[in-house]
Amino acid sequence: MKTTISSANVDHIASLSHIPITEAESKNLADGFTKVLEVVDDLFGVDTQNIQPVSQVTGLENVTRSDEVLTERMFTQEEALRNASRTHNGFFVVDQIIDK
Amino acid sequence: MLHKLTLSSAIKKLKKKEISHTELYTDIETQIGKINPELNIYLSLDKQAIKKAEKLIDKPLAGVPIAIKDNFLTRELPTTASSIVLKDFMSAYESTVTDRLQKEGGVIIGKTNMDAWAHGSSTETSDFGTTKNPRNQDYSPGGSSGGSAAAVAANVCISAMGSETAGSIRQPASWCGVVGLKPTYGRVSRYGVVAMASSTDSPGPIGKTVEDTAILLEQIEGHDSFDATTPEKEPSRVAEHMKKGVAGMRIGICYSDHANLKNKKVTEQIFAAGKIFERHGAQVSIVPVSDTVEKGKILKHDYAIGVYTVIQRSEVSSNLARYDGIRYGVDRSNLGPEAKRRIMLGTFTLSKGYADKYYIKAQQVRQLYLENFRQLFQDFDVLISPTTPSYAEYIGAGKDNPMFGELEDMLLEPTSISGLPGISVPCYRDEKTNLYLGMNIVSAWWQEEKMIRAAYLYETESAWNEWRK
Repeated sequence: MKTTISSANVDHIASLSHIPITEAESKNLADGFTKVLEVVDDLFGVDTQNIQPVSQVTGLENVTRSDEVLTERMFTQEEALRNASRTHNGFFVVDQIIDK
Repeated sequence: MLHKLTLSSAIKKLKKKEISHTELYTDIETQIGKINPELNIYLSLDKQAIKKAEKLIDKPLAGVPIAIKDNFLTRELPTTASSIVLKDFMSAYESTVTDRLQKEGGVIIGKTNMDAWAHGSSTETSDFGTTKNPRNQDYSPGGSSGGSAAAVAANVCISAMGSETAGSIRQPASWCGVVGLKPTYGRVSRYGVVAMASSTDSPGPIGKTVEDTAILLEQIEGHDSFDATTPEKEPSRVAEHMKKGVAGMRIGICYSDHANLKNKKVTEQIFAAGKIFERHGAQVSIVPVSDTVEKGKILKHDYAIGVYTVIQRSEVSSNLARYDGIRYGVDRSNLGPEAKRRIMLGTFTLSKGYADKYYIKAQQVRQLYLENFRQLFQDFDVLISPTTPSYAEYIGAGKDNPMFGELEDMLLEPTSISGLPGISVPCYRDEKTNLYLGMNIVSAWWQEEKMIRAAYLYETESAWNEWRK
């Protein structure tokens, strides 16, 4: 059952998770993941036949709220733009990504 | 020496006008100036804190200064989660915990260092440098709430707030020789806490005494309409129950014969605690360890490491997807090595062909732990064990070990993945190194009052507590 992660696996996972990595990092990560999965592989020795997987621990079900706008919680334009690196007349400024 | 005051005595003295806010804050700010440059506890400080405090004297917390882990969103101070991805990030809204604290008269004096995104157990993954343990600077304060635990130990605040996924409050509390309380999952709202592993994240207080953590828990607990995992439950009333003693309680000693307990002292101290509880009328027995779920026995902790690793990484990969380079303006190459590792491993354990093998399997084994604890808490009121296998590790000890945190937190993981509450109280201080050991006291879901009773009694009956001098 031992799982070995190769550099190629790591590159695939990196692309799935949209994380840029170098070749050296890829090798290092592959070794690290293999080591971690060795510990995780311990789980395969546990009999879990007919055991329901946990989805939550609170026992709460169907927690909903009414579909109302809470005006007191709405951001002002200023608050919404608070962390933007570039703004113009109350708008976010972003690089053009579609050709004219 | 006002910085050494406990929360309960600071509130009393302020209310009786025995001390003024100016005296208290000046003293603490002097302490911060002396200590912070060397220990690297605070990432940001509120220079206006004193002005806010004076207006709060009639509130329950009377304007005392509280340190907040830097993963709680605050409108008036930056929130970085110790990652350069959020450097200078100013939240447009306030977390429920800090909102409630401030409404009840707490003042945020500053935001404390942590492992970046709470990924770690030593603060060493912080992008803003490691915090040093105030008890001995060659050592780590633990983590991820290491800055908050260090702030309490170094007297640069009166109390602090941390958050725990599996050990992140109790392990640093243990290593810094202070008290850390992790509530039942769902008792305290996660709204406005930078998400790590959503199914176990639990905010909670770190204080100088058991009473201090009890006071704070009462201010922050309770249903929050902004967090759907917080049920409408009776308040814990921990401060009210605290002094009721342990007479008639059934107390189980767990993990006492554990091979990985690197230090005999810690087991000795747990047995000594058992004697104290017995003397006060509790029935104390050893809970044997088992490979399977068996009545009267505790399922060995080893599987919980695997369960936690898979679930935590999986949830991290989902939660950190929002730092996509667009919404927060900093691209994913800026994530630290530990965050990258966790996101990628979580992506793997949730990916096609592996989700059943790893994620579902982990959630099934998690069910076994839940079943085990449901049974155990029919026979016991509280379970006690060492908080960590040994004293604080030296700074640098976890380097290149991707499982460092999991091994330091291994005794806490079974209860964390089950959502149980726990409190770590100091149980020994090594005179040579000035490092501390902690005892973890766990009670059943929503029964924090039981663990508080045991913790308070132990604190009163043991000689470790320098704060009471």
